[in-house]
Amino acid sequence: MQTRYKNIYLIPYVLWIVLFVIAPILLIIYYSFFNIEGHLTFDNYIQFFTPVYLKMAASSFWYAFLIMAISLIIAYPTALLLTRTKHKQLWLLLIILPTWINLLLKAYAFLGIFGTYGPANTFLQFIGIGTKQLLFTDFSFLFVSVYIFIPFMILPIFNALEELNPSLIDASRDLGGSPWTTFRRVIFPLTLDGVKSGCQAVFIPALSLFMITRLIAGNRVITLGTAIEEHFLVTQDWGMGATIAVFLIIAMAIIMILTGKRRRG
Amino acid sequence: MKALVRAFILVFIIAFAFMFLSSRLNATQDFAGGGKTLTIYNWGDYIDPQLIKKFEQQTGIQVIYQTFDSNEAMMTKIEQGGTTFDVAVPSDYTISKMKEEHLLIPLDHSQLPNLKYISPRFMNLSFDKGNKYSVPYFWGTVGIVYNADMLGGKKITSWNDLWDKDLKNQILLVDGAREVMGLSLNSLGYSLNDTNEAHLQQAKAKLNQLTPNVKAIVGDEIKMLLANEEAAVGVVWSGDAAEIMSENNKLNYVIPKEGSNLWFDNMVIPKTAKNVKGAHAFINFMLDPKNAAQNAEYVGYSTPNEKALKLLPKDVSTDKRFYPDKATTDKLEVYDNLGKRMLAHYNELFLEFKMHHK
Repeated sequence: MQTRYKNIYLIPYVLWIVLFVIAPILLIIYYSFFNIEGHLTFDNYIQFFTPVYLKMAASSFWYAFLIMAISLIIAYPTALLLTRTKHKQLWLLLIILPTWINLLLKAYAFLGIFGTYGPANTFLQFIGIGTKQLLFTDFSFLFVSVYIFIPFMILPIFNALEELNPSLIDASRDLGGSPWTTFRRVIFPLTLDGVKSGCQAVFIPALSLFMITRLIAGNRVITLGTAIEEHFLVTQDWGMGATIAVFLIIAMAIIMILTGKRRRG
Repeated sequence: MKALVRAFILVFIIAFAFMFLSSRLNATQDFAGGGKTLTIYNWGDYIDPQLIKKFEQQTGIQVIYQTFDSNEAMMTKIEQGGTTFDVAVPSDYTISKMKEEHLLIPLDHSQLPNLKYISPRFMNLSFDKGNKYSVPYFWGTVGIVYNADMLGGKKITSWNDLWDKDLKNQILLVDGAREVMGLSLNSLGYSLNDTNEAHLQQAKAKLNQLTPNVKAIVGDEIKMLLANEEAAVGVVWSGDAAEIMSENNKLNYVIPKEGSNLWFDNMVIPKTAKNVKGAHAFINFMLDPKNAAQNAEYVGYSTPNEKALKLLPKDVSTDKRFYPDKATTDKLEVYDNLGKRMLAHYNELFLEFKMHHK
């Protein structure tokens, strides 16, 4: 009786997974075997291993890594600070709030802020550095991407820190551990799961960024996401677009497996 | 409590009854009644809304106006079916693609008496001989917008001027493979429809040398960026140029002397049309000189309608930058439909240029 009920509860989940996860992935794999004229071929996979696409893949990984690393460096101390503040929930809300605003709107706002006559340059001039080109540089691309992704890094780390039993920290202090040792040997290892899920939540979407590469980086940064968009919308080479997508899916799966939670046993 | 429940049930039943009735009514209008609605599929902000109202009043047909932002997206939507577009406005090379795919319904010229107002210069073009499927809506060129103040009074007249060392980090390019590859091919003296591999490689190598001067390769934002003087030079379509120049009068537009692209947006009737008669009526309405002039004034692009041109203000119709004479346009080229494979190759080369580092 009980298992039958369980099966009924499974129906929406299974339907969802099959329709919106498994079917699309199978379709992408299916499309990746067709060339632009609609013939069955492996050419797309061969083409992926040419310098153009390999270089693109390398630069995608490099930028995604930078975005993740910068986010982590800023997010960890922030999360640590947050757990020590009085109005935790309020501060947390303020960090989550920007994610409610549409990504495109935020990107357009940065076009104005980083412009030659924008507030950022006015400030630079005020402190005596003078006008700099901010838009369409690696700096602005990384800045905006980190700004967009950082809440997804702070939240899991914050949760991990919250779950941490404070008596462990007290114990470390009582046993003579300096604050740095306590952090290195107690706090950080125990929040590693939060760090891992934060890194996943940032690295994986950063790998397939596309719109920001045009708006903020002016197509000076080319990622695999840009190429997929172009193949589907402009060249209509769905096969090649799907092939790149297959590689992205494989890359993401590998990252998930490597950083996934291991059962302690 | 019982009364409340009953009231709720009653409201539900009535609401469902109305929903059913209205969907039945819509259905009968579309199929049996015929010709009551007309769906137009056009680029965003590409028609004077007053004209749609006028058309509705004159004919009693209700117009549904939908927009697209790229030829490819539009064609995909028509190809996939499930839509009821009666009139669409694709560009030149897309028309030859749509013809190949049998997505267009031939026009009945007897229902388009106003076709005679279109200048013979813009009839019978390479992509649609005899205007069997299409009627030109607006036309224009690809060229260079520049801010003479920011360049210290320097003038730009040719594509090759873009390679000038003084323009370091000053150029914005539009994110289009045909446009950017085309300008490089033109600067080398080749056709922008060239398919010779050696010429294409040469064009790409030349583009790589342009990299230090290129500030960014952007989409529609190019209008805002140029108007805000983020960069001194931009490669744009003439219609966009007119719009930017109306916002910032320091800017000037030039059609490069090596030649460039001449483009046409055209009204067609896709095979998804449900109201073919209404579609003809609409096309004929838009060809009326008075309406065409009003539309050209609103949109700011160049009209191919000879009679409408005479109705436009003198300073507009005699502006050589936006209404170049026949001698100039004869040197310009319309994009040919190069086929999927060649287009993919153009995009591949364009992608390589984008990835070329400074």
